[in-house]
Amino acid sequence: MSLTSAHSVVAPSATSRRIAGTIIVAYALISIVPLLWIFATSFKTPPDSIAYPPKILFQPSLEGYCNLFTTRTRQTPEYIKALGPATGLCDETVRKRNMVIAGPSNFMPRFVNSLIIAFGSTFCAVFLGTLSAYGFSRFKVPLADDLLFFILSTRMMPPIAVAIPIYLMYRELGLSDTALGMILLYTAVNVSLAVWLLKGFIDEIPREYEEAAMIDGYTRLQAFWRTVLPQATTGIAATAIFCLIFAWNEYAFAALLTSGTAQTAPPFIPTIIGEGGQDWPAVAAGTTIFLVPILVFTILLRKQLLRGITFGAVRK
Amino acid sequence: MAEIRVEHLRKAFGDFVAVQDSNFVVRDGEFFVMLGPSGCGKTTTLRMIAGLELPTGGKILLGGEDVTMRRARERDIAFVFQLFALYPHMNVRKNIGFPLLAQGMPGAEIRARVEETAKLLRIDHLLNKSVSGLAGGDRQRVALGRAIVRRPKCFLMDEPLGTLDTEFRDLMVHELRELHNRIHATTVYVTHDQMEAMSMADKIAVMNHGVIEQFGSPREIYDRPATMFVADFIGSPPMNFLGFGGGLSKGAKEIVVQGAKVAVPEVREDIAPSDMALGIRPEHIRFDNKSSLRGAIYGTEYLGTTQIVAVETADGIIKARVPAEIRLNPGEPVGLSLSSARLSLFERGSGRAVRTAIHDATAEVRHG
Repeated sequence: MSLTSAHSVVAPSATSRRIAGTIIVAYALISIVPLLWIFATSFKTPPDSIAYPPKILFQPSLEGYCNLFTTRTRQTPEYIKALGPATGLCDETVRKRNMVIAGPSNFMPRFVNSLIIAFGSTFCAVFLGTLSAYGFSRFKVPLADDLLFFILSTRMMPPIAVAIPIYLMYRELGLSDTALGMILLYTAVNVSLAVWLLKGFIDEIPREYEEAAMIDGYTRLQAFWRTVLPQATTGIAATAIFCLIFAWNEYAFAALLTSGTAQTAPPFIPTIIGEGGQDWPAVAAGTTIFLVPILVFTILLRKQLLRGITFGAVRK
Repeated sequence: MAEIRVEHLRKAFGDFVAVQDSNFVVRDGEFFVMLGPSGCGKTTTLRMIAGLELPTGGKILLGGEDVTMRRARERDIAFVFQLFALYPHMNVRKNIGFPLLAQGMPGAEIRARVEETAKLLRIDHLLNKSVSGLAGGDRQRVALGRAIVRRPKCFLMDEPLGTLDTEFRDLMVHELRELHNRIHATTVYVTHDQMEAMSMADKIAVMNHGVIEQFGSPREIYDRPATMFVADFIGSPPMNFLGFGGGLSKGAKEIVVQGAKVAVPEVREDIAPSDMALGIRPEHIRFDNKSSLRGAIYGTEYLGTTQIVAVETADGIIKARVPAEIRLNPGEPVGLSLSSARLSLFERGSGRAVRTAIHDATAEVRHG
C-alpha cells in the first residue's frame, strides 16, 4: 500500500496553503538574512562595514579576504614609498592603509585543522555507528534496550557540562591541543547519534538479504558489506551530514581544549577581530569560507539528507 | 543432489517450543512440502535445515552428512525467500551470478552459467534489467535462477508464491513443478496453501503447533487423514465430523450415528468407550430419502459444476458437495447417504484416526 494516500487525504485549501507559504517565507528570510549580511560584509572595506546607516549598496573590495589570509605591519608612508611596486592585489590594497604584508595568517592551518578533525571524527562516528547499529539491529544483544538508552543518554545534557573533567583528563593524557584528542571527543559525542539513526535505517532493511548471501556462500561480514551497506547508503549519508555539521560547528570544546597547533576554525575566527582594530570584513570573510565545505557537502547529499530527516515516514 | 534426513529436531525460543521432535526423510530428488497454518513451525524447520537457525536439539543430515551445527554457507543449499530478497542494487545478471561470485568462479564461466540458467527459466531477455522494475512472476524466476545456478544439494523455499497474485501463482505452481521434473532437485517447500501443496508435492508433512501431524503423499493425506486436524485443514470445504459414542471393537463394520446405522470400513483395533467422530468428505455425501440419517437444507453455494450444500443435522451443520443441477430449497428435509468405503473414524480426545480397512490400502500402495 502506498503511503501517499495517507498523506493527502484532502488537498490543502487555498487559505491554508497561503498561511503555510507565508510562514515558510518568513522563516527563510529570518534564516537567510544574517547569512547574506555576513556574505556582504566580507566584501566591504572596514569603514563601510561599520557605516551607519548600514550600506546596502557599496563598492566591493577584497580587503577582508586579504586581511584574513595575511598578517600585516604598519609602516610609515615614506617606508612604503621606498618599496618597489606592489606585488599583487592584496599587497596594493594593504599599502593603501599604510601597511605591508608580514606573512600568512593562521587561518589556513586552522581551517585545515577543522577539515581534518570534522571529517576524521565523522568517519569514525559513522564507521563505529554503522557496525554497532548493525549489531543492535540483527543480534540478540544482552540488555540491548538499556545499552541503547545509555548510549543515547550521553546526548541528554549539553556536552559542555562535562568540559572540566574532560579538560583535566586530556591534560593528563597529553591529548590537549591535539587533532587526535579532538577527533576522539567529537567521535564520542556523535557516535550515539550515529547508532540511533543508523539502527533505524538498518532495521528497515530486511534480514533476508544477508541470509540469502550467507546461504549463497558469503561470510556475515561479506554479506554485510555487499548487501546491507549498499542499501544503507541513504542512512549513512544522512548520518554523516548530521555528524559533520556538529563537529564542524562545535565551538565550546574547541575553545577550551585547543589553543595552538590543533586549533579549529570556530575559536580562531573571533580572534581575527583583535588584530589592528575592528576588522569585521576579515571576520565575515573567515565565516563565509568556513560555511563552504558544509554547504558543498549538504548540496551533494541533499537527497539523502531529506530522506534521512523524513525516514520512517516513507517506505521503499 | 542429496537426501535430507531430520531426526528428533527440536527448537525452543525461551519457553515457546516452535518445533517438537520432528522426524522425516526427504528422498533424493523428491519435492517435499511442509504445510500448516502460520506459526506451526514449518518455517522454523526450514530455517534450521538452511542453517539460519540452530536447533535446540536433534540432528539434520544432508546426503548422509551431519550438518546440524554447520554454518549456512558450508551446507551447499539454496534458499528462495518469500520476499525473494533480490538485491536492489544489482541487475538481474548480477543477482543470479552472486552465489557463483562467492565461489571465486572465473567471470567467463559465471557469464555462461548465468545465461544457461536464465534460458532455462525463460528470463534471458531480462538479464541486464534492474530487478526493481520486474513483475512479480519475473522476480520469482530471478530468485529461482539465483537458487539453481549453483546446482546445490537441495532447494529450500519459504512460501515463494505467497506474495504473487492468483493468476501468477497458478502459473508459477505449474512452472515450479515442471522445473522440478526437469532438474530433479531435492526440494523442501513451505506453504500454508493446500492447493500449492497438493498440486506440487511428492510428499507432504502437515504441521501444527510444532508437531508433524501427518507425513505422506497428497493422496494419503487427503484420503486417510491421520488426525482430525489434518482432516479439517485439508480440503475445501474441510472434512465433516459427526459425533458418536461408545467403543469400537476389531472387526466392527457398522456404527450408530444419530440413531442411524452407518456402514464404515472394517475397524482394525479395539477402542474403549469414549467420544468418537465420524469423518466424511463433502463429496462423499449423497442425498437419499431412504436413508435414516436425516437433516434439513440450510443453504447452498453454487459453484458451476458442483454446489456446496449446508445441511443442518442434530449434530450441527455439515457440508456436502453435490452436482449443481440438483434443485434444493432451504428447510427441505433430506436423507444423507455416505460412501462407506471412504469414511474415517477419529477418537475425539486425542484427535487420532482409528485404524480401519482404509489403512490397509496404504500398506498396499507402499508395497506396490
